[in-house]
Amino acid sequence: MKAFLLSCLLGLPFLLEAQTPVQRPPRRQPLPEMVGAPVLKLSDYLVPVTTETATPDADGFIRRWLLLDPIDKPNRSNTVFTDSYLREHFGQTYFKGQMTDLPKAGSRVSVGKQKLQWHAYDSQLFNVKLFRFASLREKQVYGVLFWAVTVIDCPDDLTDVRLSVGSNSASMWWIDGNETLLLSGDRRMVKDDVMSRRITLTKGRHVLRGAIINGPGMSDFCVRFLQEDGTPVRHLSIRLSE
Amino acid sequence: MKPFSILSLPLALLAAPQAGAQVGEPFIHDPSTLAFCEGKYYTFGTGGGGLISADGWTWHRGAERPGGGAAPDVIRIGDRYLVAYSATGGGLGGTHRGQVLTMWNKTLDPQSPDFKFTEPIVVAESANDEDCDAIDAGLLLAPDGRLWLTYGTYFGFIRLVELDPQTGARKAGNEPINIAIDCEATVLIYRDGWYYLLGTHGTCCDGTNSTYNIVVGRSRNVLGPYIDNVGRSMLEGGGKMVVAARHRKTGAGHFGRTVEAEGVEKMSFHWEADFDLGGRSVLAILPLRWRNGWPEAGEPLREGTYEIESERRGYSLELAVDFVRIQAARQMFGQRDTVPPAPIASQRLSDVVATWPAGRIPVRIGDYMFRPHQRWTLTAVPEAGGTLAGPYFKITIEGTHRALAATEEAEVESVPEFTGAPEQLWRIDQLTDGTYRIMPKRVPGHDEPLVLISAGDCTPSLGAFDMQSDNCKWNFRDY
Repeated sequence: MKAFLLSCLLGLPFLLEAQTPVQRPPRRQPLPEMVGAPVLKLSDYLVPVTTETATPDADGFIRRWLLLDPIDKPNRSNTVFTDSYLREHFGQTYFKGQMTDLPKAGSRVSVGKQKLQWHAYDSQLFNVKLFRFASLREKQVYGVLFWAVTVIDCPDDLTDVRLSVGSNSASMWWIDGNETLLLSGDRRMVKDDVMSRRITLTKGRHVLRGAIINGPGMSDFCVRFLQEDGTPVRHLSIRLSE
Repeated sequence: MKPFSILSLPLALLAAPQAGAQVGEPFIHDPSTLAFCEGKYYTFGTGGGGLISADGWTWHRGAERPGGGAAPDVIRIGDRYLVAYSATGGGLGGTHRGQVLTMWNKTLDPQSPDFKFTEPIVVAESANDEDCDAIDAGLLLAPDGRLWLTYGTYFGFIRLVELDPQTGARKAGNEPINIAIDCEATVLIYRDGWYYLLGTHGTCCDGTNSTYNIVVGRSRNVLGPYIDNVGRSMLEGGGKMVVAARHRKTGAGHFGRTVEAEGVEKMSFHWEADFDLGGRSVLAILPLRWRNGWPEAGEPLREGTYEIESERRGYSLELAVDFVRIQAARQMFGQRDTVPPAPIASQRLSDVVATWPAGRIPVRIGDYMFRPHQRWTLTAVPEAGGTLAGPYFKITIEGTHRALAATEEAEVESVPEFTGAPEQLWRIDQLTDGTYRIMPKRVPGHDEPLVLISAGDCTPSLGAFDMQSDNCKWNFRDY
């Protein structure tokens, strides 16, 4: 319903291409600005990284991420995010070193005509509000593809753990370049929504990458590792450099 | 296990898999509570003898109990088995002079060199003209270590006496207490601070017309009073229904409780008449559910096509394939129809199956939309044997041979063809809360029992069973 209303408000056709056209609802007059509307600040959601390392929060959520400005990826609806669509589009190369290089905060990449910058942030929330990352920096918010990267140091071998992700909307996640998780469909972000198979994180450094795609609506994600009994993995060190 | 005799073979063939009745030669009357001894299940009946099963699903004659008489019960105490039985069984028109006797054995396996019953001893009795019939023994070893015996019939009172768990004899000085009337085939069970008295009402021994049914009352004190769900004492004839006739079977009687694990309980009893087995009296094993603190017969899963719904989130097990949209005209919320709305056809397998990969397909959990990749057909596989829960099932996508399978990594997937391999066979138990546990017969490379779990809202896997976790529970919906 939210996507439907958004489409109406944006004046976008709310029908999908393959559907039989029907009469549009009458366009509503826009409401006047709300008196006393809250003033949103990026710092309510994300703050620049100021320390060398971080740890997961008390619930194991990883809050430190390198985030790339949103890539323009027009989709008028999230219903197109089937497994096949996602594998095709997440499998494309959008920028140089996409799956191999560890980006530096402030560095730039080119995606078509877009010049996009990497930003190092700590989330103020258990989840990472990509929508606010874009909107509060006056970037494109709908029809977008986000990339997120972080680096995990494991003090020991961690066997039989699962990568747990919730994302809005669909997303794919890689550990050290290996596909670990796919969240398909028009999704809402839910804690512990989708789990990887049991994996072993060996002692040492691992690069975790995520690609999150969205048409209209809120974009965000939450990530943590869980042990077999469901308890969060917290004894990790998170950094954004090699 | 005894080999089939020529005479028994046709009967065994008749005993095909069905909900609520065991297979093989499950013919018995007044079965004792199930006992597990050295890898086999045992139950004893009226008239001597009893049944043995290697898996809890297929039963054959062969258990041995001397003494004849009526309606025995058996309980394991330490490393021995105590059997209680009645030397008589006069019935409504017969004598009421009865005796309940107990005897011990180290094993229930008649082939074992240790198989030898002790001399039976009398622990309770009734005179010919007394308000009690000393038959239909029921035993309870309470959590505090005290051993209790109930006995009696419609003719007078159900009585309670205390036995010595070391000797099986009546406690010195113990006098019988009246705890119920108007029932028979009683037994006590204990759960969560309550003692439950289960008895059988209705007409015994009338085959297809038997109205036998099992009822229950409960008390905080083992001595009673036992009160039913509307506050009526069982000394006034009260009792809440646990099980009555169903599915072409009549005459439920002689309750016994078996606890396999926390949340996994079964009730054994007899049907006076199984209409599908010529009206014979047969052993029945059903899931035992607990609702609002009361026991009731559950419903073993029946063959059919279902949504398999995760108790964790309410999402459903599905193939991880592309969601194929239904191309129907979208209707406006406030539109005015000039013609009555026409129905929309459900998506069919043929509409989507060509979009599915040919080989193994992962499974996941997602929003239920009654689509072909979410419709699972459960079919009994009788040749694979079974358990107390019933036969093993194969779980396939409706209209295909694509089967749910456990993997060596303790995950689940679908394979294109059902082969009968143990990792493609599933045991399904209804749990005490009415949900279901789904368990592969074997997980390759794993000795520990694992069950189907929701590792995440949308991620199925295999893991250890935990009754306290909704991750381990599923529902079968015909939506």
